Amino acid sequence: MGAMNEQALAKYTNNFLREVEERVEEGDWVKMCMQCGVCAGSCPFGPDWEHSPQKIFMMIRAGKRDEVLSSDSMWMCTSCYNCVVRCPRELPITQIMHGLATYAERLGLAPKMNPTRKFSLQFWDNCTRTGRVNELKLVLQVYFRDGFVSGIGKFWDMRATGLKLLLARRMNPFELLFPHRCKDAKGIQAMLKKAYEIEDRRKGFAK
Amino acid sequence: MTEVVATSQTIVVVGGGISGMTAALEAAECGRQVLLIEKTPTLGGRTALLYRYFPKLCHPTCGLEINLRRIKASRNLRVLTLAEVTKITGTRGDYSVTLKRSPRYVNENCTACGACGEAVEAAIDNPYNYGLSKMKAAYLPHAMAYPQRYVLDPSIVGTPEGAKAKAACKYGAIDLDMKQETLEIKAGAVIWATGWQPYDAAKIQPYGYDRYPNVITSVEFERLADPHGPTGGKIARPSDGKEAKNIAFIQCAGSRDENHLRHCSRICCMASLKQTQYLREAYGEAAKSTVYYIDIRAIDRFEDFYKKVLGDPGVRFVKSKPARIAEELQTRDPVVHGVDTEGYHRYATRHDLVVLAVGMEPSVKGADVPHEIVADSSGFIESAASGGFFAAGCASNALDVNRSVQSATAGALRAIQVVRKSDRVEA
Ligand SMILES: Cc1cc2nc3c(=O)[nH]c(=O)nc-3n(C[C@H](O)[C@H](O)[C@H](O)COP(=O)(O)OP(=O)(O)OC[C@H]3O[C@@H](n4cnc5c(N)ncnc54)[C@H](O)[C@@H]3O)c2cc1C
Repeated sequence: MGAMNEQALAKYTNNFLREVEERVEEGDWVKMCMQCGVCAGSCPFGPDWEHSPQKIFMMIRAGKRDEVLSSDSMWMCTSCYNCVVRCPRELPITQIMHGLATYAERLGLAPKMNPTRKFSLQFWDNCTRTGRVNELKLVLQVYFRDGFVSGIGKFWDMRATGLKLLLARRMNPFELLFPHRCKDAKGIQAMLKKAYEIEDRRKGFAK
Repeated sequence: MTEVVATSQTIVVVGGGISGMTAALEAAECGRQVLLIEKTPTLGGRTALLYRYFPKLCHPTCGLEINLRRIKASRNLRVLTLAEVTKITGTRGDYSVTLKRSPRYVNENCTACGACGEAVEAAIDNPYNYGLSKMKAAYLPHAMAYPQRYVLDPSIVGTPEGAKAKAACKYGAIDLDMKQETLEIKAGAVIWATGWQPYDAAKIQPYGYDRYPNVITSVEFERLADPHGPTGGKIARPSDGKEAKNIAFIQCAGSRDENHLRHCSRICCMASLKQTQYLREAYGEAAKSTVYYIDIRAIDRFEDFYKKVLGDPGVRFVKSKPARIAEELQTRDPVVHGVDTEGYHRYATRHDLVVLAVGMEPSVKGADVPHEIVADSSGFIESAASGGFFAAGCASNALDVNRSVQSATAGALRAIQVVRKSDRVEA
């Protein structure tokens, strides 16, 4: 974290809620939570994560900056939107969870070994490189994530499905060598670069 | 034809619940001419369907009876039941009100002897028990009904059942030729006291009111506890009639929720606290209530009542808005799922019965009032541009009886000011 970042963060000392409001996507909704608990009870991953959205919102208000940003909870969100449709205050909870995850990642505080974080990064890298998602490559990356042997095992398990996809021409092995690009991959990359620049400026991130 | 004499000094009160009765009486007892208009065959409104009133847990008979006596004694007050307002035109001091009056098929000769009810076999859903029981198609709405006169349901008129009712009546009270009438009357001021209706619990999908028989609403629970109700006062579950001793009360079922009613219905916390005491009364030590809540809003002096219930070992409080209700297949026991806010513990708790403390919404949403009015975002009436139109009781906000009566008295005073002005103009 550079000196500029340190400076930008100084004004939020002991005020994590304000930091979230200003720097996290949809963060200004956090104060609207009335702690009813419907999101926590509605989440299909509820029993599997450390902190429910309800608890995360309370921790933000309580200034538990490190616990929140280094937690794996937001990374567990599958975007089912159950919480969003049920929230009596109409908080965009899913969006806030992703906003928090992105913010933690930008500050380098996200849990390094979290599998969904890894997958998100791979996905982003995959689709921004050519302007298109290369599904074959993405799937292989996921299969071989835990080493070669386990990768081969998964590959073998899925061979029937793979064959069907191949026959239905839904999967092209040549994509691995000659990936399909969009017409103007350079243009897309330039666009993303600009978007990052604007976001950095608005939210006070430094390079 | 009904004869109604009304002038621009008359105050018309629409809705004969506790609020409308109060507003009408206060104005009439000040010497004003008042016409009270009620849509159903009886006065009393929804308070007549409660088992007991908080905070003193007295029976609604008491409050209603005093008002009915005042009505009988008042020379300035006329009551029209089975009447609805279809149009109001004009302004402060000079309104023209159009009424539609539906036939009762029973005239003033009725002594409420009940012979017609015995003769008739056809049955209809009993709206005074929220459809939890049936009643004969020739009926007296309920024990406190005013006027104490039977009613014939239109479905049996022109059928052999209607003829049976007529044949059974010794007093010539049944008139099968009554027709719907339209009346137009003058009025100086209008008080709108059309009250509230329970929010449709089936819309709260995760709670399964439409799927699980043992998930009921708070208004239905009032009927279960009432000796005049469908179970004769036994608190029993709809699925198997078994005694319900372990009951979950879920607060804010529809209220304080942008997906349903955005306002706090204000009375539901007190209603549930009161209902835990019904259970106590019925089952003593065996009674187990669990109140699931966001926060308890026992407004101002009701805090005492809340404290008393907090001290009751048979009542447990769980700070959590449940996420959903499931049902055990064999037993049909409802299971409440959620996470509590005091410690973030996940729970899945089985109960005999779940009572949803449903919110109150205006029974005539602002937009359906046949007059140009200003309503808030929930449809409660705030005012009208015409200047002589006032809302009272639950038509104006989610209120308990005490506050409804206060607001009705205030409405009466405002209306009197309007007609006094037109007095002076005409003199
Ligand atoms: C579960 C529950 C328990 C409650 N318990 C308590 C309690 O213990 N103590 C307490 O103080 N309060 C209690 N309340 C609140 C209480 O019921 C209300 O405060 C009260 O009913 C308000 O009276 P009202 O006259 O304003 O409305 P209502 O009782 O709704 O009366 C309105 C009247 O207007 C009539 N009407 C409707 N539309 C028209 C129309 N278009 N034309 C003509 N007439 C019309 C209706 O038929 C009805 O007779 C409880 C509420 C609930 C939901």
